[in-house]
Amino acid sequence: MNIMSLTAVELGKKIKAGEITALEAADAAIHQIEKLEDTYHCYVTVDKEGARKRAAEVQKQIDDGTLNSPLAGVPVAIKDNMCTKGMLTTCSSKILGNFYPTYTSEAVLNLEKAGAVIIGKANMDEFAMGSTTETSAYGVTRNPWNKDHVPGGSSGGSCAAVAAWECSYALGSDTGGSIRQPSSFCGVVGIKPTYGTVSRYGLIAYGSSLDQIGPVAKDVTDCATILETIASYDEKDSTSVKRDSYDFTSALVDDVKGMKIGIPSSYFGEGLDPEVKDAVLAAAKTLEEKGAIVEEFELGLVDYAIPAYYVIASAEASSNLARFDGVKYGYRTQDYNGLHNMYKKSRSEGFGAEVKRRIMLGSFVLSSGYYDAYYLKALRTKALIKKEFDKAFEKYDVILGPAAPTTAPELGKSLTDPIKMYLGDIYTISVNLAGLPGISVPCGVDSKGLPIGLQLIGDCFRENKIIRAAYAYEQTQKRRDCPTVQATE
Amino acid sequence: MANIISDETIEYVGILAKLELDGEEKEKAKKDMGSMLDYIDKLNELDTTGVEPMSHVFPVQNVFREDVVRNGDDRENILRNAPEEKDGNFVVPKTVD
Repeated sequence: MNIMSLTAVELGKKIKAGEITALEAADAAIHQIEKLEDTYHCYVTVDKEGARKRAAEVQKQIDDGTLNSPLAGVPVAIKDNMCTKGMLTTCSSKILGNFYPTYTSEAVLNLEKAGAVIIGKANMDEFAMGSTTETSAYGVTRNPWNKDHVPGGSSGGSCAAVAAWECSYALGSDTGGSIRQPSSFCGVVGIKPTYGTVSRYGLIAYGSSLDQIGPVAKDVTDCATILETIASYDEKDSTSVKRDSYDFTSALVDDVKGMKIGIPSSYFGEGLDPEVKDAVLAAAKTLEEKGAIVEEFELGLVDYAIPAYYVIASAEASSNLARFDGVKYGYRTQDYNGLHNMYKKSRSEGFGAEVKRRIMLGSFVLSSGYYDAYYLKALRTKALIKKEFDKAFEKYDVILGPAAPTTAPELGKSLTDPIKMYLGDIYTISVNLAGLPGISVPCGVDSKGLPIGLQLIGDCFRENKIIRAAYAYEQTQKRRDCPTVQATE
Repeated sequence: MANIISDETIEYVGILAKLELDGEEKEKAKKDMGSMLDYIDKLNELDTTGVEPMSHVFPVQNVFREDVVRNGDDRENILRNAPEEKDGNFVVPKTVD
């Protein structure tokens, strides 16, 4: 048996029981990377030596009883926008091509305290801007289910690495769907928690009011366990929320009797692939058969989420990315004439096309004369969208829909028409605007053999409900590992 | 396209964004920004009169903590990331004549 076929929690149990050592687990991940990484390119950085050294240390702590977490000794991939002390952190951008952080992000620190072994840094869209992982300055990641297709994005490397067994689980980040959409495309499970649940300290900011770190794994149990480990109140993140409960694993209950599930009819209209629609509605039927009360309802303002998002996210990005100026870290141009020219040339040479596009748009909507018409208008729209969700959650425990309108597109087909690519985020983006938790769970494959994702959305701080619904649904399904990865065994 | 971005506007945005675009990039940026703004103009269909702009979903304001130093002096590692450094300082181009 390949150790990497185990879920993170299964592997953690075997390590705890002494059946597998942390070093054997790290070696298994490294072996899988050596076998498949040339094909899929899930990582920007793989730290084989560091992982082995760390695994040996963790094993000692497990042996002497100081480490008792369910994830102790389990190998993890970290999206390359989370700072890891002394380990290259590029955000998949040329501008951070030589950046070695001097501290570790809080979420990763929480994992390390629990004995996680970091295998490497996962590829992503540059600065998390994109839906395909094709905007990475370090090459595209391929979808393990079909290498001619994208893994989705922006956490494409994290999700592909989980699907290809090149790690036991991964951390991603989600600003407009960047965990849920690639999880859907790669046939894995991903959670975007309620805003403020996981500290953003050390997460290189894109859209600060929308960014959340979350888990990517083989099943719902893993995701709940990982979320429980990484979530914490953090004084270093001024938007961190002190929650009443950080217990997510007790929601792993196979019971949805009486749970009220709402299906927004507008999520099933034009633009939705019929095969995705059928699979998602079949999943709803399954939950109904298990005792949930499922009904359709009208969720308003769905069409306004994407334009509002691109104003807000671009505005915040233009401000957040102002720090990359070629002075304290990162890329500096070779030839320049004075300070301002150095800034301009370093940034123009260091950023890729999509990043520049969003910085320009963001600078424009924040500029005097346009601030009210665009930026404040978008923030007002956001308030109205939040209200629509508040209304829905007065009636429903969970909102059910697709994670994305299609399965994974072919490589090279998305970047030519940005607006069309942005429309692929239609089901995920409003969840970020409203700060809600969402989970993507595999619910079948299409006729091309590509995975389809079911999205369950909960009210703020109600992760327990979506975890419970997702877990109950998962119990009716056989876990479907990526066939091409299994075939290499 | 309803939104036509002029050369002056793209020049001005370039100054704000600290980006230097060459001729071809500039033309593409004008087109991209125009079509994005056309799309964003959809928001004008919504009546938002009297709606407060929501910058944050939770009512978080003025988050304070004690102002105490918790991290040590990490100058050496920090400067290791600098494109250019000298005697423990960041080197920048001459800014004052």
